[in-house]
Amino acid sequence: MFSLKELYQDIILEHGLKPRNFGKLKTANFTAEASNPVCGDRYWVYFKISRNMIKDISFDGEGCLISKASASLMTETLHEKTMKDAIEVFNRFKRLLKRGVSENTGKLAVFSGIYKFPARIQCALLPWYTIRKKF
Amino acid sequence: MREDFPIFKRKVRGKELIYFDSASTTQKPKQVLAALDLYYKNFNSNGHRGLHFLSQRSTEIFEGTREKVKWFINAESAKEIIFVRGTTEAINLAAATFGKKFVKRGDEILISEMEHHSNIVPWQIVAQERGAKLKIIPITDNGELEIEKLKNLLTEKTKILSLTHVSNVLGTINPIKKIIKLARKKGVPVLIDGAQAVAHLKVDVQDLDCDFYAFSGHKMYGPTGIGVLYGKRELLEKLPPYQGGGEMIKRVSFEKTTYNDLPWKFEAGTPDIAGVVGLGAAVDYLKDVGLEKIQRHEKELLEYGQKVIDSIAGVRVIGQAKDKTGVISFVFNPSTSSGQAIHPHDIGTFLDREGIAIRTGHHCCQPLMERLGLAATCRVSFGIYNEKQEIDKLKIALQKAKKFFNV
Repeated sequence: MFSLKELYQDIILEHGLKPRNFGKLKTANFTAEASNPVCGDRYWVYFKISRNMIKDISFDGEGCLISKASASLMTETLHEKTMKDAIEVFNRFKRLLKRGVSENTGKLAVFSGIYKFPARIQCALLPWYTIRKKF
Repeated sequence: MREDFPIFKRKVRGKELIYFDSASTTQKPKQVLAALDLYYKNFNSNGHRGLHFLSQRSTEIFEGTREKVKWFINAESAKEIIFVRGTTEAINLAAATFGKKFVKRGDEILISEMEHHSNIVPWQIVAQERGAKLKIIPITDNGELEIEKLKNLLTEKTKILSLTHVSNVLGTINPIKKIIKLARKKGVPVLIDGAQAVAHLKVDVQDLDCDFYAFSGHKMYGPTGIGVLYGKRELLEKLPPYQGGGEMIKRVSFEKTTYNDLPWKFEAGTPDIAGVVGLGAAVDYLKDVGLEKIQRHEKELLEYGQKVIDSIAGVRVIGQAKDKTGVISFVFNPSTSSGQAIHPHDIGTFLDREGIAIRTGHHCCQPLMERLGLAATCRVSFGIYNEKQEIDKLKIALQKAKKFFNV
């Protein structure tokens, strides 16, 4: 039996309860929505992109702790990343969620326990789908 | 009654199973399981046109169950009982055939704000195909239908009113007898979605005077994959067939097909015979336990459960109708940005680790959730096997969850 703490690691709880970069971004030049019709979770991610680089990023919307923490950590991770790097981070994050392998995922490694809770993988992926809409 | 349900012998995540998700599907008593086993071991064969021994027995059992269901909802005739896959298919059958026959451009179809998607989408499809308009009866903040507004929405353009008997999110028992009377005065036929009612209340379709009544076997202690559409005989006779194939025909040539009589006209293909057998056993089981006793038991659980859940600081119970079945929806401080909310999915995962099964999400009622201004709720729903001490355990688990999520 896995402990709940493997899913809800402290950093996830903290970001889920007090998300960073939460709210609209006035300087955004690209906005994308991601929603999961199965559970009703819904996010908007605001990007300020210049010269292929994410200069600023924020999000708002509503969902569970896992999706909110994922969105919050995503905004921290993707700040000042090029589009190509952002995609690469997303791919590594997906492998982490599905198999629990952490390869250079930085703070996102807190999601390493999720693969033991398959019903919650989509929660963590949800906000990330917005970057696919741009790149 | 709990000892009738073998599933409670198993452990879930090392704990006793507390099953609070009967509004999704009920657990199955050993009497239903035994009936399925008996059927497959002794009578399995394709019914109706078969001449051999087993086929005749199978037909007798199948048609015998139709009689049982007729008794169960007090239909006038067994010809009015159509076996389908479940409530969803029942409503689709009614909507598609009724729509084809009676709905024209400019007509109106009336449903309510508290409907399940399966009592919205089939009518939306009819409305789109026929150029009709879908009208919606609003609900109050308590979760009850606005009867005065309903009266105004019943017009000469209204072709049908389709309404849930009991809300799967709010537990509200709608005053359908009164509503059917109002509709009848305007000559509007009524379909009742009884998915959440038949295992909890005595249903008498003649007393209600509804035109259609739809329900599922698996929400009344029977197997999945079987359900019933009741329809008044004179109405069913006017409707075109739903699907074409075996069983629904009398004679087929390449030029023309003569359709079978009721109810077989609507039962194309080999039916779920075992499912029907299981449904029959479920009807017997409900009869043996007694719906009055069930209602009393669930009312006690509801009153106790609402009191207990309501007493937890930060919890809001959604749906405060006067007349309710054993369904309690609730949320933890559902504000979006205060940081004090706990999302229903997180509660659901937490309770699951404690061996407690509840349902979280929009419960296939997105328009209702929009009306309530919520993305999701936690829903506890009772069956005859639930006990008060399980509600006490739920309270302890919810308090643990609050601590865990720092709320």
